[in-house]
Amino acid sequence: MDDRLPGIRPRPSLWRRLDGTARRSLPTALTMLLLLVTAAPFRLPGQAELQNAAALSCVFFWSVWRPGSMPPPAVFLIGLLADLLDFAPPGVGVISLLVAHGVAVRWRRELTRQGFLLVWLAFVAVASGLAGLQWLLTSALTFRLLPAGPALFQAVLAAGLYPMLAVLLARAHRTVAEPANA
Amino acid sequence: MIRLSVPLRQALAKLTLPVFIVASFALMLLGKADALLAERARMAVADALSPIYAALAEPLSGVHRGIDGLRNLATVYDDNARLREENERLRRWQSVALVLDAENVSLKSQLRWIPDPAPSYVTARVVADAGGVYARAVLLSLGPNHSVAKGQIALDDRGLVGRVTELGARSARVLLLTDMNSRVPVILENSRARAILAGTNGARPRLMYWAEGVQPAEGERVVTSAEANTFPPGLPVGVVRYSASNVPEVLPLARLDRLEVVRLFDYGLRGVVPPETSVARLPERRR
Repeated sequence: MDDRLPGIRPRPSLWRRLDGTARRSLPTALTMLLLLVTAAPFRLPGQAELQNAAALSCVFFWSVWRPGSMPPPAVFLIGLLADLLDFAPPGVGVISLLVAHGVAVRWRRELTRQGFLLVWLAFVAVASGLAGLQWLLTSALTFRLLPAGPALFQAVLAAGLYPMLAVLLARAHRTVAEPANA
Repeated sequence: MIRLSVPLRQALAKLTLPVFIVASFALMLLGKADALLAERARMAVADALSPIYAALAEPLSGVHRGIDGLRNLATVYDDNARLREENERLRRWQSVALVLDAENVSLKSQLRWIPDPAPSYVTARVVADAGGVYARAVLLSLGPNHSVAKGQIALDDRGLVGRVTELGARSARVLLLTDMNSRVPVILENSRARAILAGTNGARPRLMYWAEGVQPAEGERVVTSAEANTFPPGLPVGVVRYSASNVPEVLPLARLDRLEVVRLFDYGLRGVVPPETSVARLPERRR
């Protein structure tokens, strides 16, 4: 709980502190869980792209709205898990999520004052740039020019997925992930 | 908790992101320099998750079967008519095949033909897609004391699926023949011309380097070739189809988009030995 704010608050008992910690670590834990779920054998077409899009949406959302619960080490771990699950060259997913986090934190002062549409447009810009970056890095690491189609599909899928995830995450942001509710 | 002054804490907070970005570049280089380490880490994660996914695969495949059943219900009349016609055609073929088989047996007995040893195989469940955005592969769930080795050949009930490329304690990754990095030596069945089947990450791998003077014919069957000693001869791979831009491609016989169970065959071929197993594991596997 934020100590800088004045006011009367309950005594920080062990359970209350545990509750607060759980709420603070919820965004990272939820993102990792979502990664594991999207890697499950659903046989959806484009499931690998969906997995990438889900991780990117979550990291971007929490980095804008609650960067304290999505610190760079957590982003690094999420990216590492995504790369291992994806059988991608290790580091590619990590770096793209870290860049997304950095951009979101840099822009958050402006973004949090704007309506949803502008946040979404910013996300689309980030997702497109990162799909390109991933394509470039994977091409460089495998020493061959990969087809650009999957990168484009990945960007479009991320753009489409973000509003849906944002509705759910915004609800979580106000309720279960709010340390002040502890 | 260590108490730090506010400016120091802010400076540290500003530094973490660049440090982690540098770390991820280091990770990228490490993954490239020590491919074995990256592979071990991946297979450790896959090993941990494959029992969970195997447990999940059972109800999920039930759901898929239910959806397929509903879809089939709509076309049941057409399917029935088509199957009846196909059955007639196959019956004619069966009699031809029986005659040829008998003839083959009698000819082989006269020629003192040495029969190929029957290969041993294990059957494994496909538990997850292990391809990612830029690869085509599947993850298999195996028992803890499996005898699967790298380079073994995966087939489904119709044809060639791919080869085992990565191996964990409880799971294995099979690179599909549609993957960009897959190269399969094949023979065009009618012309007996050799070629290479190269994956493109698309649904249809491409034929390359066929012999001069031979043109792959539309609808011609493609089977594996024993060249390079990685595949046994004659495994069914697919059928030649020309793409819109007149490039010969192969439509795989195996249903690669809906693999549920594959058989892993040990033909004892060590033509391309994976780097890790070359020295340490070969003697114990030789029979």
